[in-house]
Amino acid sequence: MRQALVLAVALAAVVAVPWIAPIYHVLLMLPFMAYGVVLLGLNLLFGYTGLVSFGHALFIGLGAYTAAFLTGLFKVRALEVILLTAAVVAAVVAMPVAAFCVRYVKIYFGMLTLAFGMVFYTFLLKFYRLTGGDEGMPVARPFLLGRDLGDMPKIEYLAGPYYYYSLVVLIVAIAVMWRIVHSPFGLCLKTIRDNPAKAETLGISVPHYRWTAFVISAVYAGVGGALLATPTGNVDPTLAYWTHSGNLVFMTLLGGFASFFGPLVGAFVFIYLQDFVMSVVPYWRLVFGAILAALVIFAPGGLLGLFPRRRVIEAA
Amino acid sequence: MILQAENVTKYYGEFRALHDVTLGVSAGEFVSIIGPNGAGKSTLLNLLTGLARPSSGTVRFKDRDITGIGPVKLAKLGMARSFQLVQIFPDLTVRETLQAAVAARLRRGRRIFASLRGDRDIRDGAEEVAALFGLDAKRRALARELPQGDKKLLDVASAFALRPEIILLDEPTSGVSTADKTRIMEILVRAAKTIGLQAIIQVEHDMDIVFGFSDRIVALHQGAVLADATPREVQADQRLVDMVVGRRRGASA
Ligand SMILES: Nc1ncnc2c1ncn2[C@@H]1O[C@H](COP(=O)(O)OP(=O)(O)OP(=O)(O)O)[C@@H](O)[C@H]1O
Ligand SMILES: [Mg+2]
Repeated sequence: MRQALVLAVALAAVVAVPWIAPIYHVLLMLPFMAYGVVLLGLNLLFGYTGLVSFGHALFIGLGAYTAAFLTGLFKVRALEVILLTAAVVAAVVAMPVAAFCVRYVKIYFGMLTLAFGMVFYTFLLKFYRLTGGDEGMPVARPFLLGRDLGDMPKIEYLAGPYYYYSLVVLIVAIAVMWRIVHSPFGLCLKTIRDNPAKAETLGISVPHYRWTAFVISAVYAGVGGALLATPTGNVDPTLAYWTHSGNLVFMTLLGGFASFFGPLVGAFVFIYLQDFVMSVVPYWRLVFGAILAALVIFAPGGLLGLFPRRRVIEAA
Repeated sequence: MILQAENVTKYYGEFRALHDVTLGVSAGEFVSIIGPNGAGKSTLLNLLTGLARPSSGTVRFKDRDITGIGPVKLAKLGMARSFQLVQIFPDLTVRETLQAAVAARLRRGRRIFASLRGDRDIRDGAEEVAALFGLDAKRRALARELPQGDKKLLDVASAFALRPEIILLDEPTSGVSTADKTRIMEILVRAAKTIGLQAIIQVEHDMDIVFGFSDRIVALHQGAVLADATPREVQADQRLVDMVVGRRRGASA
């Protein structure tokens, strides 16, 4: 009940942002929503399956470059098609990558995902004829629901239709993920997170579940990446760089991986805090790093871990 | 014969943990494996449940070679087990733990978009086992917050939730007070009847429990079968009892 109330208020606030907030802050919401989608997926792997990936920027990159290729090379401008294609591309790449990675756990899993991420980063950088190398590729403005909004000023487009489009995508992503984590499948993932050996004695085939969770998380990252491409305007290899993957893990930790909405809170705080610190202090990376470190030390369960938690998962 | 080990030998490097063990279990039997620390009881259980591969010899379950087959396939074939060290899912509730077992049994774990709450079969199955094991009052408690005895009980209950044909328990009552031991054993026997379990094999140190509940006792010593007999026969053989209970340890993991 209380949770529903908080959610309703949060949703109302997000809906109202373009009307009440300065344009600058409205535009900051776009990466928040894109990362929100990514992190929902990442946390299926992290919080629910117990696997920490340091390579998910790979799938963000895939999604973003899919958007660039489709709108540029292939003249496909419908965002629905772009998101769907990004999801498929991410899934197709994730299937073999996951099959390889999920045979390992803990740090070995993390390192393998990191390695795959680096391979992809290098690919983007070196095959510049295809990818534009470190200059990247421009992303043409997508059509929304079949409507070409090319005449709109860019800011208006992003803060209006694109904003609400992103919001709907985020809400759908939340709804689907909610369904997934509250399914028998989601429960099996949690058994694997808690005790894989015991899960196996129950007949739960651990690698298969890890693989599926990985592929789902990659699809989310691909869709989030495609959503991120338009406000970014130009996609480049740093999207797929490992520090980007690290930020994803950090946002998740910051908000709290133990709760469903934790990663969303983490993404929000991360993005706005980074922006704020950048604008007020010169050595912003130093200060930002220190703030984040302090948050993790004093709130090891993440920001949502600070609130006394009734058994959200159980009650749901 | 539902489960059968033939001439199994197990080496860990140079060390021979089991030597030429032959053992058969028939439907309807409650078999206790006894022996001093390090006798090879857990090793034998690991071989019988296909978790470890014997260095030589075969293990057959329902006339099927299950040598080194692994726990997942075995669970699906109808064999469940628990480990000597209690195995729980710390952050799951009692109910979730049992639901996971029931979902696995019903092969519904791959239903990605189905509602767990809306699945009556899973819910009822879990409730039934919780009631059987006296855990219904605690079904909302997190497994890690349970007292040791209840953790053991939950571990065993989740194995029962698979409705296996045979169950192998490695010291199901270790680390539990004597009064609780009898209670747990009584629950076990009752649950076995309810779900139509065909056989129970347990490793147990407490001789009162062993004599009180088993149909048959297998005594291991330094990796070899010292005796395979009824409780009455074992009880009569004081030398044997001394040998297998010799270095008894206190409450342990
Ligand atoms: N993985 C292993 N590697 C090497 N030696 C092992 C391994 N597992 C067991 N052993 C050794 O094999 C012997 C039998 O071990 P096992 O665990 O089967 O004994 P047990 O009868 O279950 O003893 P306890 O009553 O202490 O549980 C012991 O000497 C043990 O040290
Ligand atoms: Mg043992």
